[in-house]
Amino acid sequence: MLEKHEKIEKSATLLFVLSFIVVTIGGLVEIAPLFYLENTIEKVKGMRPYSPLELAGRNIYIREGCYLCHSQMIRPFRDEVERYGHYSLAAESMYDHPFQWGSKRTGPDLARVGNRYSDEWHVQHLINPQSVVPESVMPRYAFLAKTEVRTDDAAMHLKANVMVGVPYTKAMLENAATDMVAQATPDHDGADAVAARYPKAHTRDFDGDPKRVTEMDALVAYLQMLGTLVDFKAYKAEDNLR
Amino acid sequence: MNSFGKMAVYGLVLVLAVLAALNAHDSLFAAHAIVFALACAIAIVVTAKRAGASADTGDGEKYLDGVVRAGTIATLFWGVAGFLVGVTIASQLAFPALNLEWAFTNFGRLRPLHTSAVVFAFGGNALIATSFYVVQRTTGARLAFGNLAWFVFWGYQLFIVLAATGYLMGVTQSREYAEPEWYVDIWLTIVWVAYLLVFLGTLYKRKEPHIYVANWFYLSFIVTIAMLHIVNNMAMPVSFLGSKSYSLFSGVQDALTQWWYGHNAVGFFLTAGFLGMMYYFVPKQANRPIYSYRLSIIHFWSLIFMYIWAGPHHLHYTALPDWAQTLGVAFSIMLWMPSWGGMINGLMTLSGAWDKLRTDPIIRMMIISIAFYGMSTFEGPMMAIKSVNSLSHYTDWTIGHVHSGALGWVGMVSFGALYYLTPRLWNRDRLYSLRLINWHFWLATLGIVVYASSMWVSGIMQGLMWREYDAQGFLVYSFAESVAAMHPFYIIRAIGGAMYLAGALIMCWNIYQTIRGNKRNEAPMGVVASEAA
Amino acid sequence: MEYETFRIFSDSWGLVYMVAVFVGVALFIFRPGTKKHHEEAANIPLKRD
Repeated sequence: MLEKHEKIEKSATLLFVLSFIVVTIGGLVEIAPLFYLENTIEKVKGMRPYSPLELAGRNIYIREGCYLCHSQMIRPFRDEVERYGHYSLAAESMYDHPFQWGSKRTGPDLARVGNRYSDEWHVQHLINPQSVVPESVMPRYAFLAKTEVRTDDAAMHLKANVMVGVPYTKAMLENAATDMVAQATPDHDGADAVAARYPKAHTRDFDGDPKRVTEMDALVAYLQMLGTLVDFKAYKAEDNLR
Repeated sequence: MNSFGKMAVYGLVLVLAVLAALNAHDSLFAAHAIVFALACAIAIVVTAKRAGASADTGDGEKYLDGVVRAGTIATLFWGVAGFLVGVTIASQLAFPALNLEWAFTNFGRLRPLHTSAVVFAFGGNALIATSFYVVQRTTGARLAFGNLAWFVFWGYQLFIVLAATGYLMGVTQSREYAEPEWYVDIWLTIVWVAYLLVFLGTLYKRKEPHIYVANWFYLSFIVTIAMLHIVNNMAMPVSFLGSKSYSLFSGVQDALTQWWYGHNAVGFFLTAGFLGMMYYFVPKQANRPIYSYRLSIIHFWSLIFMYIWAGPHHLHYTALPDWAQTLGVAFSIMLWMPSWGGMINGLMTLSGAWDKLRTDPIIRMMIISIAFYGMSTFEGPMMAIKSVNSLSHYTDWTIGHVHSGALGWVGMVSFGALYYLTPRLWNRDRLYSLRLINWHFWLATLGIVVYASSMWVSGIMQGLMWREYDAQGFLVYSFAESVAAMHPFYIIRAIGGAMYLAGALIMCWNIYQTIRGNKRNEAPMGVVASEAA
Repeated sequence: MEYETFRIFSDSWGLVYMVAVFVGVALFIFRPGTKKHHEEAANIPLKRD
């Protein structure tokens, strides 16, 4: 018995296996329960998967590293709730692959930025942030308005999401590319279908250029829906203590 | 494998990479496939040249040190690159015009470039190079599996190039410190398994009955990073010839998986690995054994057990369930003990020889790194306390904390190790200049102080401004006002970073001259003028 | 299982268990008779250059 640790110290295999076991324990105890404890995610009304255009906008948000300066996680403090709105629920990011909670607020939280500003404000702000917020240190994203968003692979993006558990329906998959164009094109025949498939989705031209669907359209469509889905009148916090 | 076998494998991969480039789902993936094909082409040419030259690969030598020499130079190169990008993005926050209105140079794309360059390119190369050096010296055995160590080195550089070019083009998973996309992750996994094989294989070959504790830390770093990397990067690609994937997990589970990874990238990459460095190079440079070998064993087991639990402190007051947050706080606070146990062990190695601090700038560099380790491992648990975290989270305080650890601990201990290694690896009887090390030391130390203190002030100020109410019960400051208030501190921070970069450049000059075999004619360090006369 | 049950368990028996393991490990490593063994190990780096 007394020589046990000596053995560990003298056997590379034992050292390898034991240290691996020691470092797995914490992860198993902390992370695994999140997948099966029922109350990890609150029961709420209103959550739905992202529309193809919103998803494309979200991917642009990720590509440009927006999450490095903007959080999407309102903590339950008086000042944050007054500044940004109702504190964030786990359910609100249930379809987020990956999550976008962020870790730094060089700019403000965006969890509920949807419906707060006009499309024109967003477009102007993305093209030249200092023109609307003089103190801002945000970079300019004028190139988004000049770049058309890719629509041909919309169904593939939805399918990959289905593979990781997002409940897109057959109709959503089949109409993905059309839905993407329809959501950002005024008077498009498919606009009503988009609104039906994705309740509360904004269907309009976002970037001021109705002829094309640009990356600006996609990003603004995403920003305008952020935090608007959950029906907080029907939400009871005391039922969801975790 | 003989040269022809190797060339056949590289050739096959080259063909596959070209095919992938031609059939790519998007241009970004095509660009990366071309980079990969180019790497294969270079590998073929080099292998062919080697096969044509004499068969002597230095196998007669006791140790395989060529790869450590290459790693030393790579560490310096990526270090300067990473610090330079850091100073750039720090300046962008002070002066947004420096974003240059170009997608490739926007802050959002450069920040992952900075973090990956310093953590994985600078830190990773320092760890790989020193671990190869240390494991050979403490086992008396040559690195296992022939030239596999060279594959690890070049494979890792390819990973860095793929990751870095990806960030600039906008290929990212948005997982902090794990931004590279799925195919780069697979490549890193292959390289990492080879790394584990070389390291473990060398331990098996050892001529020393005991495995020295530095190797335990290196081994746990390699093993744990493998586990974290694989679990955190599980994702579904949109196309197997495309650059975009969707994380296997979502929302709250995804957040905890990521911060379990993120925190332990700090715990095992930036702590355990560099502790391995400390446990070898501090005793070597001080020429005395570690203060307490028994303490180092306790340090090891308690550190690796506790670190892995601390991830949830990155998610305080979020939608993560309370029980997980509580566990995170408890283990974060407990972590203070093994961390300081390790710090005491490193510092006390000098007990009875403190005069070396005056005469030996290399040991001074190592000791200040241990002091910074102690400071940031005190600050960390404090910031993990929920009420402190409610103020510090989302602010620059976190940035200051990270940099006192990264610049102070990781950077300084690596510099110390590199200064120790260079004359030995290139067979020089001493470094070009000890006085230049002194310059490096002071520029770096003062740079860190300027950096960290400006971020403490701005972080705490920011946190207080966000939550300040007036007598009528209204929020006093708009968010934009808090941004404006940061401006002077962002300038000071950039200056601190520039000082640190200047120190690193002096180091490059010193090491370059040492490799060339030059010696600077200078008065010895620590000799009082009257004594010298 | 409720959160509270877990919490009470980990605050009491969990804590006792962890402290006991830690003390056990520490005593084991510092037990007399291993001094020479550890001194040898500590001197490994100084043997070779």
